Amino acid sequence: MTKFILASVSLAALVLGTTVWAGGHGGNPAVKARQAHMQLYSFNLGALGAMAKGDVEYDAEAAMAAASNIAALAAFNQAAYWLPGTSNAELGKETRALPKIWEAGSTAGQINEELATASAQLAAVAGDGKAEMAAGLGGVGKACGDCHKAYRAPAN
Amino acid sequence: MLRLLTLLFCVGLVVAGSVLWFTRAEPVAPERFTALSGDVVHGEQVFYAGGCASCHQAEGQTDDPTRLPGGQRFVTQFGTFVAPNISPDPIFGIGEWSLTDFASAVLNGTSPEGRHYFPAFPYTTYTRMTDQDVADLWAFMQTLPSADVESQPHDVGFPFNIRASLGPWKKLFLNTDWVQPATTPEAERGRYLVEALGHCSECHTPRNLLGGLQTANWMSGAPNPSGKGRIPGVTPAHLDWSPEDIAYYLETGFTPDFDSAGGEMANVIENMSKLPPEDRAAIAAYVKALN
Repeated sequence: MTKFILASVSLAALVLGTTVWAGGHGGNPAVKARQAHMQLYSFNLGALGAMAKGDVEYDAEAAMAAASNIAALAAFNQAAYWLPGTSNAELGKETRALPKIWEAGSTAGQINEELATASAQLAAVAGDGKAEMAAGLGGVGKACGDCHKAYRAPAN
Repeated sequence: MLRLLTLLFCVGLVVAGSVLWFTRAEPVAPERFTALSGDVVHGEQVFYAGGCASCHQAEGQTDDPTRLPGGQRFVTQFGTFVAPNISPDPIFGIGEWSLTDFASAVLNGTSPEGRHYFPAFPYTTYTRMTDQDVADLWAFMQTLPSADVESQPHDVGFPFNIRASLGPWKKLFLNTDWVQPATTPEAERGRYLVEALGHCSECHTPRNLLGGLQTANWMSGAPNPSGKGRIPGVTPAHLDWSPEDIAYYLETGFTPDFDSAGGEMANVIENMSKLPPEDRAAIAAYVKALN
């Protein structure tokens, strides 16, 4: 019986280990890091958006928490995962990042600064009331759209 | 035999001449607009609802959305169309036009010189616009900044570069009929915003071989004219968002799972975000009622 349990545990560990290994090693790490970063924006924006839309009741504390997360994310130094050579021209379907991001005259960095400013403003007003928070969210949305408009390939 | 050939040739000429005559580019009747005076403030709303700037601002322009020098290129299977300068500049733009010239362009796809415009300019949508909205839009557009940039020629090959062929094309595809029914004032407003101004269907509805919209497959999604990817369908079969989700997306660009709009749709959001909330709600109601 002990042998059987040991064997099962080993097998489970092996399967789990393999899965984690595959998850950890499949794909370009820079792409995965920035997609995770985007996912965190999305999660925190979702908390604010649900309140702005009226799906969830406005809660000043929760709004401030989500907004300061977004501001922190926008202030992150992301240079290490926006590496040249990681656009959809080089990596295909793995990423929708267009090569234009890294080309001369790119405004991607500037848009990220706009996002940092807009999200700092959002964090400053998110606790002041639903209308103030919703208006601040609009400025953040504009920065998201500006970058996606110019630098992200269509989904399909 | 020679007589017969001569006769056939003459008949052919008459038929060709008649087709050209009956499908010539026609301006609107001038008396239709003489009594109308435009309201600049409402014209601004028409301007954003009509999405003029999405195509007529310069490539990558991010500063002032009301500067309209043109220059964006639209690659299609028929050729590459280049949006012209429609700023009020008297030499390079449309500053010398009259309201009738403007109405003829927007409603009939007819230039002041009496030529057919290519339907990359969505006059097949704008033809449903009310005369008052045309007058208001014209009043607003005359207040915009001038841009002294020359319009670039389209790059369209034979046979699509024969503008006379657009005469019969218009007979087939240019009409003021509504596509969807509308039974309430909100539904009518939503339909007007989508089918007369917003020209959503120009991208979201598939086209037939001649480039006409397949009204039977209204808003069911279409290949991207640029050849890359698809533009999604927005009928309830394709999109299960709530009306609130749709209205919020049009306001902020955020999808229900908080991705954000990109590509051409980001331009659409910029315009739609400037409309009153009731208008976005009316569009959402229209979209939910599609079948």
